[in-house]
Amino acid sequence: MTDLGVTVLPGPAPIVEFRSVTLAYGRREIVRAADLSIAPGERVALVGPNGAGKSTLLRALTGLLAPAAGQVEVDGHDVADFDRAALARRIAVVPQLAVLPFSARVEDIVALGRLPHEDPIRGPRPADRAAVAEAMDRVGLGRLMGRDARELSLGERQLVLVALAIAQAAPIVVLDEPTVHLDLRHQVDVMELLVDLNARDGTTVLAVLHDLNLAARYFPRVLVVADGRIAADGPPADVLTAARIRDVFGVDPGILWGAPWSTVPADR
Amino acid sequence: MTAASAGFGAARARTRRSLLREGARRHPRALFGAVAAALAALAVLAVGFGTVAIAPETTMAIVLHRVLGLETGATWSAASETIVWDLRIPRVLTAAMVGAALAVAGATFQGLLRNPLADPYVLGTASGAALGAAVALLIPVRIVVVEFGLVHAFAFVGALLAITVVYRLSRLSAWSGMTSLLLTGYAVGSLLAAGLAMAMYLSGATLRQIFAFLLGGFEAATWPRLAIALPLVVFGTAGILWRARVLNGLMLGEEAAAHLGVDVRRERAILLALGSLVTAAAVAVSGLIGFVGLVVPHVIRLVVGPSARAVLPLSIVVGACLLVLADLGARLLGDIPVGVVSALVGAPFFLFLLRRAQSGYEL
Repeated sequence: MTDLGVTVLPGPAPIVEFRSVTLAYGRREIVRAADLSIAPGERVALVGPNGAGKSTLLRALTGLLAPAAGQVEVDGHDVADFDRAALARRIAVVPQLAVLPFSARVEDIVALGRLPHEDPIRGPRPADRAAVAEAMDRVGLGRLMGRDARELSLGERQLVLVALAIAQAAPIVVLDEPTVHLDLRHQVDVMELLVDLNARDGTTVLAVLHDLNLAARYFPRVLVVADGRIAADGPPADVLTAARIRDVFGVDPGILWGAPWSTVPADR
Repeated sequence: MTAASAGFGAARARTRRSLLREGARRHPRALFGAVAAALAALAVLAVGFGTVAIAPETTMAIVLHRVLGLETGATWSAASETIVWDLRIPRVLTAAMVGAALAVAGATFQGLLRNPLADPYVLGTASGAALGAAVALLIPVRIVVVEFGLVHAFAFVGALLAITVVYRLSRLSAWSGMTSLLLTGYAVGSLLAAGLAMAMYLSGATLRQIFAFLLGGFEAATWPRLAIALPLVVFGTAGILWRARVLNGLMLGEEAAAHLGVDVRRERAILLALGSLVTAAAVAVSGLIGFVGLVVPHVIRLVVGPSARAVLPLSIVVGACLLVLADLGARLLGDIPVGVVSALVGAPFFLFLLRRAQSGYEL
C-alpha cells in the first residue's frame, strides 16, 4: 500500500478498518501487521496466490478468527465487541458449499439469510418472506423454486448461496471465491449482481477472486495479498501490472491479458 | 417475477400428492392442530382399551369429574375410576410425554450434529441410563427417592453423567466440534455398554429387570413419576423450541451458522444440555425406547420440509401419537414391551424411508 504512495483522502468514516492486524493459527503467522481501510460503498477485490492470507483476512473481518495483534473494526467498533447476531446484520458472508444433512428446497436455503433478523418466537414475518423472494428474483432463481437443493449442480448451488447472502440485506457483503463453479455466463451475472447491489443499495462488497480479469473489470479497487502482506492496493490498472503479476504469481501475464473479455488492453 | 411464478406453477402442477404436501408445507400450524386433535382423540380411546374396556364417554366423564369437578350425569363404578384415573391415564400421558420428548430430542440431535442418523441416544445417554438402572437394580437395598424409585433416579443421573463426560472429553479433541462430539459419544457409549454387559453378567436374578429397562415400557407409569418428569420435559422442550433458529442456521455448517448470527459454541452447549435433559427424563420413566427419536423427525421433514421451526413442534405431537399407539398395541398384544412394538413398526418403516431417501427425499 505504502509503496505505491496511495494517500487516503479524508472522506466518510471507514466501514471496515484493519489496524496493524496480525493473524495466526496457533504459532503459524498467516498475516503480518496488515493495515486496511475501506469506505462505505466501495467494491474491493482481494487477489493473490493460494495460501497468501486472503481468506484469513476475511475470517478476521467476520469475527471467526481473533487477531493475535492489532484491531479489526466494523462501523468504528471492534469486531470482538459485536455479538454474532449484530455482526450478521452488518456483514453477510456467502457461505461455502456444504453437504446438506437433510433435503431442503432452494427457497428454504435462501430463507436462512433472514435468520439474523428473525424473532426467536414469531419466526419469519412477511417482510422476511418478501426479502427472500426479492433476493431469489435478483439472482434469477425463479426457475429453481421448489427444487431440492441437493439435486442442483455446483454452480446452481453457488447461486443459491449468493441469494442467501443478498436476502441477509447487510451493508457489507463478503464473498470467498464466489465464481469457482460457475460457467462464464453466470460468472458475469454474479459480478454484475455485485455491481448492482453496490450501486443500488450502497452495499460494500469484498470478494476474494482468483480470476484477475474479473477483478480488473468489475472492481475499482484491488488488493494484492502476497505472503501474508497487502502487497498492493489501488485501481486495477495501477495494481495489476505485468511486473507485479510475474512477481506475485510467478506467471507470465501475457496469457491473462489476452483473454477476450478483458477490458485491460493486451499490450500492458 | 414471471420466472418466479412460473417456478411456483411448475412445482404446483407436479402431482396431486405434491399439492397436498404443498398445503402442509405452507400451513404447518394447521397440520399441528390436526395432529394435536388426533392425539387427544387417540388418548381417550387408548384409556378405554385394555383388559377392562371403558367407553370413551365414561373416560371423559371421569376426567371432567376429577379435573374440573363437573358432574355430567353419567355413572360409573369405583373400579372403573381406579382403572381410568390411577392406572391408564398416567400410562397414556407418560407414553405421550416420552414420545414427544424423544422425537424433539431426536430432531435436536440430528440438527445439531448435522447427521440424519443421529437419535436421542447417539451421544451416550442411552448407555449411561442403562448402566445407571443396572447399577440401581444390583444394589440390594430398595430405596424410594420421592416416589421416583432408585432405578429411575439412577437412569436419569446416568444419562446426564454420560453426556457430560462426552461433552467434556470432546472439547479436548483436535477434531472440529460436531465430529468430535459424535466420535467421543461413540467411544464413551461403547465403554458404558461394556460396563452394562458386565453388570448383566453379574446380575443373576435381576437380569430380567435390567432387560425390561432396555426394552422400555410404561407399566411403571404413576402420577408422581409423571409429575417429576413432565416439568423437565416441558422446560427442555420449550428451550429447544426457542432455539429453532439455531438449528436452522446449522444446516449449512458451523461456519455458515456463525455468519448467520449463531454463537455456535454457546448454542451447541445449551442445545446439547436441553436435548439430553429431555432424553434423560424420558428414559428415566420409560426405559430405552428406540426408533421414535430417529424416525419421527424424518417423517415430518418429508412432509413439511427441513425448517426446525415446523419440525420441532410437529415432533411433539407426532412423537406422542406414535408412542400412545405403540403402547396401545403393546397392551392389546398381552403387555409385550412397547420397545418391541415401536421397533417392529419403526424398523421396516425406516427401511422404507431409506429407500425413498435415495431420491433426495422426494415423495
